[in-house]
Amino acid sequence: MAVAGVIARITTRGLLGRRRFFLLLPLPLLLIVATLIGRASGVSPDRWADPVLTQVGFAVVLPLIAMIVGTGVLGSELEDGSAVTILTTPVPRGTIVLTKLAVAIGITTLATAVPMFVAGVIVDSPRLGVGLAVGAFVGTVAYSTLFVALSVVSRRPVLIALGYLVIWEGTLVSILSGVRWLSIRQFAVAVGDRVASTDLVTANLSALYAVLATAVLAVAATTLAIDRLSAYSVRGETG
Amino acid sequence: MTADTVTRSEAPAQTVLEIDGVSRWFGNVVAVNDISMSIGTGVTGLLGPNGAGKTTLLHLMAGLLQPSRGSIQLGGAPVWRNPGIYASLGLVVDREDTYGFLSARELVEATAKLHKLPHPRAAADRAIAMVGLGSAADRRIATYSKGMRQRARVAAALVHDPAVLLLDEPFNGMDPRQRLELMELLHQMGSDGRTVLFSSHILEEVEQVSQQIQVMVAGRLAASGDHRAIRRLMTQRPHEFRLASSDDRALGVALLGLDCVSGIELEPPGLLVRARDYGAFTRALPSTARAAGVRLYQVLPADESLESVFSYLIEGGQ
Repeated sequence: MAVAGVIARITTRGLLGRRRFFLLLPLPLLLIVATLIGRASGVSPDRWADPVLTQVGFAVVLPLIAMIVGTGVLGSELEDGSAVTILTTPVPRGTIVLTKLAVAIGITTLATAVPMFVAGVIVDSPRLGVGLAVGAFVGTVAYSTLFVALSVVSRRPVLIALGYLVIWEGTLVSILSGVRWLSIRQFAVAVGDRVASTDLVTANLSALYAVLATAVLAVAATTLAIDRLSAYSVRGETG
Repeated sequence: MTADTVTRSEAPAQTVLEIDGVSRWFGNVVAVNDISMSIGTGVTGLLGPNGAGKTTLLHLMAGLLQPSRGSIQLGGAPVWRNPGIYASLGLVVDREDTYGFLSARELVEATAKLHKLPHPRAAADRAIAMVGLGSAADRRIATYSKGMRQRARVAAALVHDPAVLLLDEPFNGMDPRQRLELMELLHQMGSDGRTVLFSSHILEEVEQVSQQIQVMVAGRLAASGDHRAIRRLMTQRPHEFRLASSDDRALGVALLGLDCVSGIELEPPGLLVRARDYGAFTRALPSTARAAGVRLYQVLPADESLESVFSYLIEGGQ
């Protein structure tokens, strides 16, 4: 579809042109370097794979990249006003949101699933690599829809996203076990564990629930984003 | 003076935009206060000092803001939550930001594609030619001056040949030649039967382009009508001038004989003159001074800020 193609190209160029996007490039490398160090140490992966893959891969690399990309594809344009160019065309708001979302999911998948696959291969096997990549993809879909919706609903999407990642997923999950049912990180780990079928990654949720919850979240967040963008108001000015 | 007391010299040929009792507030700040107006074909100027609410009203008209109260319709269809209106509406906002990493040609062609025009490249070339960007059209917008960015935005807003064009302070940052070219373009569009509405805080700018003027002050519609009526309102008002001359006393005596002068004070080193009518006094002053054999050194309007002119328009109606 030509219209979606135009929006996707502008979005991708805008995203890749932002400096903070490139600040994230070292993150996937960090994950791979950590696994290489683990391998070179000669210590059995049973003792270090879970912390590296879960605490670095799923808890830092995946959500941070998803946050920067997810809040960047639409939120940055709404913030600086350049989105008015697209918003003053007859393009349905659903097309705008779905295209931006597709770009966010595509770029985040590339920047997270690929290094997760490589890390899995280094740690154990291609099977682990595929499991981690699929888990990263599921997490990418959930995080991206959430962050894109946040960027339409709020003027401070990064702050709210950081609050969710640090307070909800980082702290509350370890204090209140019920919180894991609403933790995207746990969704990603659960699916990765199931596909990889390994003891090197430990999940606390069933993979079926994780996939269903991701689907529900994605549909709800996308619907909200489309509705809010349809009623989008430019920032208040008194000029 | 209120909108009701100034009648238009002629009604709009055909009402295109209908604004009915529209207010918009942000928290406790009322940016637009109960405005009703009909905008027809031709060029209409939206005149008012900075902070009058012109930008907010344009955003409301363009469907980019929800009215807190009232409604706005374009050709009978509501503008809010209705992206379909953009097929016949173009908007040029007064903001620096657009996709700076694109060239103007890329921006305009992308906009043409978003409008699903059959020949986007040709439409983009035509729009760029209309705003006279020339060879600069292939440079990144981030490298443009403010006036060039403005023209790129105008080209993007024009590319689908809209029946209605809304522009927020379009002459900001333009040099005199660019200003003249854009004025001619807007004039041409109005003559072609399109509806063009642009905001400005400069009366001279507005009356050069538009027959119809809507004056906004402090969120309200202060006056509306033909540019001659607005000009009269702004010039036929009491005003104070400070004068310095070769013989202040003789000049004062001569000026007292004029009907348009209501009072004079000798305030060394000059005169403070209270005129009943700004326009009549400024026309009569040179000949009166010459007849009295007095040489004028200085004529300073004592109260010439645009805001004071607009305040007068509002106070006149109270």
